[in-house]
Amino acid sequence: MNTQAHAEEAHAGASVGTNIAIWVGLVAITFLEVFLAYEELQPSVMLSILVVLSVVKAAMIMSFFMHLKYEKFALVLWLVPAMIFCICMMFIFFFPEAFRLLQMRPH
Amino acid sequence: MHDVKTEAALDSAWSGGKSPFAMGSKKLGMWLFIVSDTLTFSALLITYSYSRLTNPDWPRPFPIFPAIAFSTTMTVVLLASSLTMVMAVMASQRNDRKKTVMWMVATMIGGLLFTGLHLTEWMNMIFKEHFTITGNPEGTPLFGAVFFGITGLHMTHVMIGVIYLGIVAIGYGRGKYSAEDVEVNGLYWHFVDLVWMFVFPLIYLMSVKY
Repeated sequence: MNTQAHAEEAHAGASVGTNIAIWVGLVAITFLEVFLAYEELQPSVMLSILVVLSVVKAAMIMSFFMHLKYEKFALVLWLVPAMIFCICMMFIFFFPEAFRLLQMRPH
Repeated sequence: MHDVKTEAALDSAWSGGKSPFAMGSKKLGMWLFIVSDTLTFSALLITYSYSRLTNPDWPRPFPIFPAIAFSTTMTVVLLASSLTMVMAVMASQRNDRKKTVMWMVATMIGGLLFTGLHLTEWMNMIFKEHFTITGNPEGTPLFGAVFFGITGLHMTHVMIGVIYLGIVAIGYGRGKYSAEDVEVNGLYWHFVDLVWMFVFPLIYLMSVKY
């Protein structure tokens, strides 16, 4: 496939119907999160569930609304793993302290 | 005369003179900005999550009605503005200048509505519930710092986004800017929406008053 064809494919993107379906999905996950807030879960359990749901929503927005699914895969490889690596590094630096404080916290 | 391997290397997208990602420099620049801004918000949200879990007296100032219902409305408004931005980008790729500007104005209205709702909430918290950046009547003063810090930085992004949309809409309407500029603007706007998808559950839904 030549560069011109690649460029045309990149501009094709998702149809209006697909974008509306993604939007409905995002609103539905938002309401699911609000429903979970009624359930009075443990903060650590609630935080874990919410982070997973938020990552799903972020992936939907990046793939469809931000067209990443329709760009060259090299772009995804260039941007996403490095970003995830940096975010993981932040967790590595924070967590030993976080665990220590969790043990110190009054019960 | 080159051998077969050299010919193949010269023909690849990485041999120079071509755009390896099949996109313009503006779009590539915006993606790099988005990655760096993601790390800024990640640092803030990870710090917040750490504080939230380790402080037993974390304030829970948001009852389901009206606070959570209010912030859910803000979320839906911001999501709706993302959909109108998608429509604007699609219209610009069809070269339909009138519809592009119309959808961009709709996106700006969504952004302004979100900012208005957010400021209303802030005013209510500051003047009626006495939550400030340095203290509050319900628990650790850290709450004010992270709440106003993170939501304030996000609101600043929304306001900059509305100004950016206005400039590009006027420029595109006059034929000064291309469809690529609208698409790059769209990337920024969707990113602002994406950040809120983390701020809303982590800040609001983790501090619901039962």
